[in-house]
Amino acid sequence: MSEFFAQFAVPHPSTLIYIAMASIVLGSIALVAVVTYFKLWGYLWREWITTVDHKKIGIMYLIVALVMLFRGGVDAVMMRLQLAVPENSFLDAQHYNEVFTTHGVVMILFMAMPFITFFFNYLVPLQIGARDVAFPRLNNLAFWLFFMGMGLFNISFIIGGSPDSGWTSYFPLAGNEFSTSVGTNYYMLSLQIAGLGTLLTGINFITTIFKMRAPGMTLFKMPMFTWSALIANLIIVFAFPVLTVALAMGTMDRLFDTKFFAIGDGGMDMLWANLFWVWGHPEVYILILPAFGIFSEVISTFSRRNLYGYNSMVWSMIVISVFSFAVWTHHFFTMGQGAFTNSIFSITTMAIAIPTGVKIFNWLFTMYKGKIEMTTPMLYAMHFIPLFTLGGVTGVMLAMSAADYQYHNTMFLVAHFHNVIIPGVVYAMLAGLTFYWPKMFGFMLNERIGKATVWVMSTGFVLAFIPMYITGLDGQARRMYTYSESTGFSMLNMLSFVGAGIMSVSFLMLVWNIWYSFKNSPRDIGSDPWDARGLEWATHTPIPHYNFAITPDVTDSTSEAFWDSKKNGTKLFKGEIKDIHMPNNSGQTFILSVFFFIGGFALVFSMFTLAIISLIGILACMGYRSMEDDHGYHIHKHEVEETEKSYDKKGGAK
Amino acid sequence: MAKFFPIGQIMGFVFSLILTVIAMLVYFTDMSFTTGMIILLVTAFIQAGLQFMVFMHAGETEDKWAIYSNIIYGIGLIVLTILGTLLILIWDM
Repeated sequence: MSEFFAQFAVPHPSTLIYIAMASIVLGSIALVAVVTYFKLWGYLWREWITTVDHKKIGIMYLIVALVMLFRGGVDAVMMRLQLAVPENSFLDAQHYNEVFTTHGVVMILFMAMPFITFFFNYLVPLQIGARDVAFPRLNNLAFWLFFMGMGLFNISFIIGGSPDSGWTSYFPLAGNEFSTSVGTNYYMLSLQIAGLGTLLTGINFITTIFKMRAPGMTLFKMPMFTWSALIANLIIVFAFPVLTVALAMGTMDRLFDTKFFAIGDGGMDMLWANLFWVWGHPEVYILILPAFGIFSEVISTFSRRNLYGYNSMVWSMIVISVFSFAVWTHHFFTMGQGAFTNSIFSITTMAIAIPTGVKIFNWLFTMYKGKIEMTTPMLYAMHFIPLFTLGGVTGVMLAMSAADYQYHNTMFLVAHFHNVIIPGVVYAMLAGLTFYWPKMFGFMLNERIGKATVWVMSTGFVLAFIPMYITGLDGQARRMYTYSESTGFSMLNMLSFVGAGIMSVSFLMLVWNIWYSFKNSPRDIGSDPWDARGLEWATHTPIPHYNFAITPDVTDSTSEAFWDSKKNGTKLFKGEIKDIHMPNNSGQTFILSVFFFIGGFALVFSMFTLAIISLIGILACMGYRSMEDDHGYHIHKHEVEETEKSYDKKGGAK
Repeated sequence: MAKFFPIGQIMGFVFSLILTVIAMLVYFTDMSFTTGMIILLVTAFIQAGLQFMVFMHAGETEDKWAIYSNIIYGIGLIVLTILGTLLILIWDM
């Protein structure tokens, strides 16, 4: 019996981990107690867990993303603290490995991915004038699969030990020989389950965008964010299966001792790196394209004019979507393939800077001759352009394979990808969050605190990451847990630590802003507080369950249908209110996802009986679903009219 | 009558069976690796196309251009990925 429980022990514990364990246990007990005390279980189950409403699923993604931003951020600060002074002993080598692995996986897959999926969910149906996504229940399933993958990954550090072979998990390091704890099993299985959810999201949104656009909305009349969502989801559908296959092979290697990525016995360890980046590089564009979409919305709204070069924006994204699959080798130029191969991938990598540059110039031309209004979202965009361009230029430096032998695996690379991901993705997400906050929650975030947050964040960012370019060129390797004083890196690393501290302050300011605005902001802001342009602003605030009482018709409008209706008086809502057909909620998806969680957990610890039982559970759920007939329900015409009247009484709206 | 006897589907089914038999012959007859591989690849692609057209109804809706362009996009990416992988790990190693 004790042997059974011994396998769940953390192999390399520390005081910090014990504190985390205790606080997680106490926190969960407190949470359960609060929910029970206020009798919220029924409410949670009916309104949130089983919901198929794209808006609520979006909010759940947002909550996960913010929690994971906190967790990844704590990891980041721990790393910077460890490196702040030479020969530091805050973390030992093993813990440092675990922390940077967790930081990478959490930030990319469990922070940035749900953040963009939140925007897909919340905005795409509104921007195309639909009532929900094409497959509402699949949407719920996608969220819960993602959530269970996230949960499985996040319990690793208190049950059985964290993965410690980097977020890239290169073999043979990630194989059984060198990674003896169950940590890498967690990596393989949690990413598999979460990736399945992402893949379902991709299929769902491509179908939604192709099939459910409002009458008159041709592809080239879609709002820019919807275009970016379409391209990003297309990349998801083609890239994620590669990860699925690679993870399945990796899992087999670890659990059943197959030899796919072994060094001998006909295996090929480099095949993992190859497959990982065949997925990994398109993944970068899955993250950045929706971010570009958000910036396009923000910049055109606050320049008070239409987006410059709509068609070139679209075509540059399409070109990026093809090229993103043709550059993956630049992640391992030094792996040993010949100069010919490296040259080809150097050129494709440099070429991808061209469509990206087109987009930068389009934003600049949009602002040129525009009447710029410097709101918080616009301030994010204004900080994004120069900082992101800096990151892009260092990316072109890294793209030159001959020079890359100098930069490879140094802090220069770390500085580069943070320099594109933070001002690119994180700023876009925060700009979008501030921009759409009033639409979601009915009050604005405070502008003064918001703008101060942007400035503090950028100050912290520059202090944290610019020094890394210098230490990287001087030879500081990434993923080293300490360095000696004679290297001369200490001063710049201390500066990075100060920068990381300032960035943490800016995130606290964001939280403070939410609380402050919740307390103080006026609620009578109407449904269009920013004087915005897209169809998503044409409905009430808060958005009714059915989104639009009458499906909008954009035959006479441009891609900025709401702006046309405000300025030129084009009529968006023609015809009368009819009965509205809506999908039913379902709890099956949650139960199915719980089986996935149990199955994943069982496989991590090679408990095959339990894994088979949960597999049977999964198949039973799927079988039940395929026998089920669910035609949804109708909201009656009168009810819709009542709801619409209640908005008219409150004023604001439309 | 056509409703009860969908001639296109039945022909498609028979044809897909023939393709499967041809592919299986590679295993049961004695031929060189290259010939076998070529037969397998050719029959596999025809089979995939047949399934798309006849049983997955790829060309029967108004937005068939979207389906076709997605398929072409997908095939392009697959070829790119496979050639790139072969280049990196075998041809130029």
